[in-house]
Amino acid sequence: MKSAYDVIVVGAGPGGSTAARYASEAGLDVLLLEKRQEIGAPVRCAEGVGTETLRRFIEPDPKWVAQAINRCRLIAPNEKYVEIFAPEEGLVLERKIFDRRLAELASELGTDVRCKARVTGVIKQNDTVTGVTVKHLGRERDIHCKIVIAADGVESQVARWAGMNTVVKLVDLDVCAQFLVSGIKLDEADTCWFFVGHEYAPGGYGWVFPKSNNLANIGLGISPLHTTKHKETALDRLHLLMERFFPDASIVAMVVGGIPIDGKPRPISTNGLMVIGDAAHQADPMTGGGITNAMIAGKEAAIVAARAVRANDVSLGVLQEYDRRWHREAGRAFKPLRSIVEQIMEFDDAFFNSLADELHDRPRITLVDVFKTAIRTRPRLLWDIGQLVAMGWF
Amino acid sequence: MILIDLDTCDYCGACVGTCPENVMHLLDATLLVDNTGCTDCGICTYGCPVRALELVKEPRGGAAREVRV
Repeated sequence: MKSAYDVIVVGAGPGGSTAARYASEAGLDVLLLEKRQEIGAPVRCAEGVGTETLRRFIEPDPKWVAQAINRCRLIAPNEKYVEIFAPEEGLVLERKIFDRRLAELASELGTDVRCKARVTGVIKQNDTVTGVTVKHLGRERDIHCKIVIAADGVESQVARWAGMNTVVKLVDLDVCAQFLVSGIKLDEADTCWFFVGHEYAPGGYGWVFPKSNNLANIGLGISPLHTTKHKETALDRLHLLMERFFPDASIVAMVVGGIPIDGKPRPISTNGLMVIGDAAHQADPMTGGGITNAMIAGKEAAIVAARAVRANDVSLGVLQEYDRRWHREAGRAFKPLRSIVEQIMEFDDAFFNSLADELHDRPRITLVDVFKTAIRTRPRLLWDIGQLVAMGWF
Repeated sequence: MILIDLDTCDYCGACVGTCPENVMHLLDATLLVDNTGCTDCGICTYGCPVRALELVKEPRGGAAREVRV
């Protein structure tokens, strides 16, 4: 590690590594810091991603793709299901290998990558972030830079040390628990399952993301507001789901975590600092998926960083271009998505059951058909879905 | 103050993001709470997926790390 760089990226998840990669590609001198001893571990993710969006950054490689997904099964509380063709082909990844590959891509372009390097504070001069304090193998030192990119996840502290408010409110948190499960027999490995309804996951949904016919990520996310009322955790709920659908499964890994879900734009840059990924609450408000959103944000932040360094101006006025670019690329869909989710959460389980009763034996259903049927009895959904259509969705 | 059950905690960091006082810190594989800055709001206990955190009514200003074994 040197004592100064153009850009320091804190956190080597998909967002941080992508930011480092594009910043290096633009000719900047970049340091990528990971607090854990190993990039990619432990996994805190259901590992699902949309193929087309991912292809904007990297060509899928069998080394880190476990399974391609073509269909989704929406399972109602009465256990009837609607099978739909996925709006876009998906992949279930091996995040441990994927994350490391992304960090390698950055390093091949010149990024200096360090793990077991924990940032313990930011250095500020004249209200501008000018570096970080790093603890590495028992030794603490200051490293200076022109721009810090904070990609430090749900537990983000870098932005808060810099004076930004990134506290996750309980209403904006999905609390998740997941098992990597083996010894199951899925009829179709290319079909992911979504458990819809409060009976399964109050304030959220459950999922099965297959890695093969016999191996899958099975998990759920719930609202912590349910925990405040009923003293029941995401893990408690997952055990119930497993007993009901996969009583004989073996659990080979346990994954828990929280996903910050925002519905409205928030400031994601300040003087000398840009925030990306979970630290900037950029997970999709409907699915909770955050991998490609973090990569989009990482690339946009790197482009803005390169311009700012070249112009020798890292003030908020220049870095705010990143806020605008993020909004244009992905953030603008968050408000209608969050609104749709809030309306879906108001539906009772009887509604999901009636939807499944009506659609379950119809062939070749798409997501649009599901929405059409839902809109008939819940017309308020039309407004938000219309906004997404206007943005080019579906 | 907040007690961490280290047998249950999976150091996922969900609680860290919810702490309004920023007194929770996630190291490589350890969660720390600086109880001197904790205001006993209890929000973190609801953000925990596995019930590893417990709010206990004791005078503030405890040790930097409270461990129940």
